[in-house]
Amino acid sequence: MQKILVGIKRVVDYNVRVRVKPDGSGVVTDGVKMSVNPFDEIALEEALRIRERGEPVEIVAVSIGPDEAQQQLRTALAMGADRAILIKTDQMIEPLAAAKLMLEIIKKENPELVIVGKQAIDDDSAQTGPMIAALWGRPQATFCSKLDLKGNTAVILREVDAGLETIEIDLPAVISADLRLNEPRYVKLPDIMKAKKKPLEVIDVASLGVNTTPGFKTLLTEPPKPRAKGVMVKDVAELVDALKKKGLVS
Amino acid sequence: MSKVLVIGEHDGHKLSQATARCVTCASQIPGAEITIAVFAADPTAVAAQAAALAGVSHVVTVSGAHHAHPMGAVLAPHVVSLAKGYTHVFGASTTFGKDLMPRVAALLDVPQISDAMSVEGAYTFKRPIYAGNAIVTLEAPADKILVATVRTASFEPAAAGGSAAITAATVTVESPTHTRFVSVQAASSDRPDLTSAAKVVSGGRALGSKENFELIFKIAEKLGGAVGASRAAVDAGYAPNELQVGQTGKIIAPQLYMAVGISGAIQHLTGIKDAKTIVAINKDGEAPIFEVADFGLVGDLFEIPPQLEAALSK
Repeated sequence: MQKILVGIKRVVDYNVRVRVKPDGSGVVTDGVKMSVNPFDEIALEEALRIRERGEPVEIVAVSIGPDEAQQQLRTALAMGADRAILIKTDQMIEPLAAAKLMLEIIKKENPELVIVGKQAIDDDSAQTGPMIAALWGRPQATFCSKLDLKGNTAVILREVDAGLETIEIDLPAVISADLRLNEPRYVKLPDIMKAKKKPLEVIDVASLGVNTTPGFKTLLTEPPKPRAKGVMVKDVAELVDALKKKGLVS
Repeated sequence: MSKVLVIGEHDGHKLSQATARCVTCASQIPGAEITIAVFAADPTAVAAQAAALAGVSHVVTVSGAHHAHPMGAVLAPHVVSLAKGYTHVFGASTTFGKDLMPRVAALLDVPQISDAMSVEGAYTFKRPIYAGNAIVTLEAPADKILVATVRTASFEPAAAGGSAAITAATVTVESPTHTRFVSVQAASSDRPDLTSAAKVVSGGRALGSKENFELIFKIAEKLGGAVGASRAAVDAGYAPNELQVGQTGKIIAPQLYMAVGISGAIQHLTGIKDAKTIVAINKDGEAPIFEVADFGLVGDLFEIPPQLEAALSK
């Protein structure tokens, strides 16, 4: 194996409580902490572990987003990616357009594996991985929680609703990382210094010749309906009584 | 007129309740004519169940040995070849639907709506983003096939009482061989299914051990309910992955949801917001789970669960 591409999305940090703008035009992102999508960190960690097991593989981190997404790519480089590519755009990119842009990078780089997070925690779409695989005409292993490379194939354990599914796929392929694939490493200060010297290429989105016009119009962004305030009970007896009154226990 | 193709989800014998919920979503599109597609090694039994759902006009079956264990990469070209002539193609937001539908959408070169939670018009839907902290209303182009996954917790299952015509279709696309099913290790099926159970008892990491988590199973048994778990409890090895409830696990809407030792991170709350009644039991009275609970009880997690189990025995 020679090359792995890893998708890195810049998203509002996991710990931020996202608020909707009062005019319904979107969510507040100004002055909010931004991070690498947690599932993408898992995707990158898996690539790093493949390399550490002795595969002489180059790991390329790819992001699509504004200039500031260079920060997240620097984090990826500090974690251990060899180089990074930013497809620069200030526009909102839907998953289908993201997949088409990734495909352009795939055509140039010819990786054996593309690893992405199973979903981004901002739009929660969970589409980009399978869409890349579809456009590329290659296998997809979504919700991957274990990855074993065996020459030109991979055996994948997938977290599915029924339990755990095992599939075998031919390479090249797209993997989408689930929570329990691994636990990403912490970045150390010397690695952050080293990452500053690693190559980070910025490509203007227009140069890739992909139509990135959104397919959907977002008419409104609103907060969810709150639940009515509940009551506190003092003990188990009172709880069971309350549930009996509602007919929920007999 | 809207012609909606719903991809039937099943285990080879039984149609998933998730599909019945998709039918309800589809039926809210004004003037929708609904077809369920059943891909299976032998679709007979599942097709009969699909045909019996109220509101379904047609059932289309596609049989073939390669449909015995459906995988998105193999199934998608078959779905695409059926999709022509439909205005909408729907699947459930299950791991099956999430694997399949984006691949279908990309092959059709159309964007997808994930987790549709309400129908505002034939091409206008609401969906949650940021773990349910915001809801967006999206309008899709009316001149393209709309591919969507349906957030099943937002819709009741379609009732019985239908009698749709069943027709066998022949799909002549080649099946990719680059993706091969090996095996599935399924959970024991003697317990109610988490996504469709009327009552769910969930445990968190605050229970402290796998042994203590056993009490969650006992309480669920007394209630005749399913067992769920927080991500932390699954990560700690107290419960298997398929029991995880939340943003990255299962989104559920039971009549009764009982959270024991779960603090209530937003990622968990998004998975339970549609439960009719939420009970929270936690040692920390400040835990965010109490903000969404209908009934809250603060107490020791070594004392309360056994008491609850005993109280339910009477």
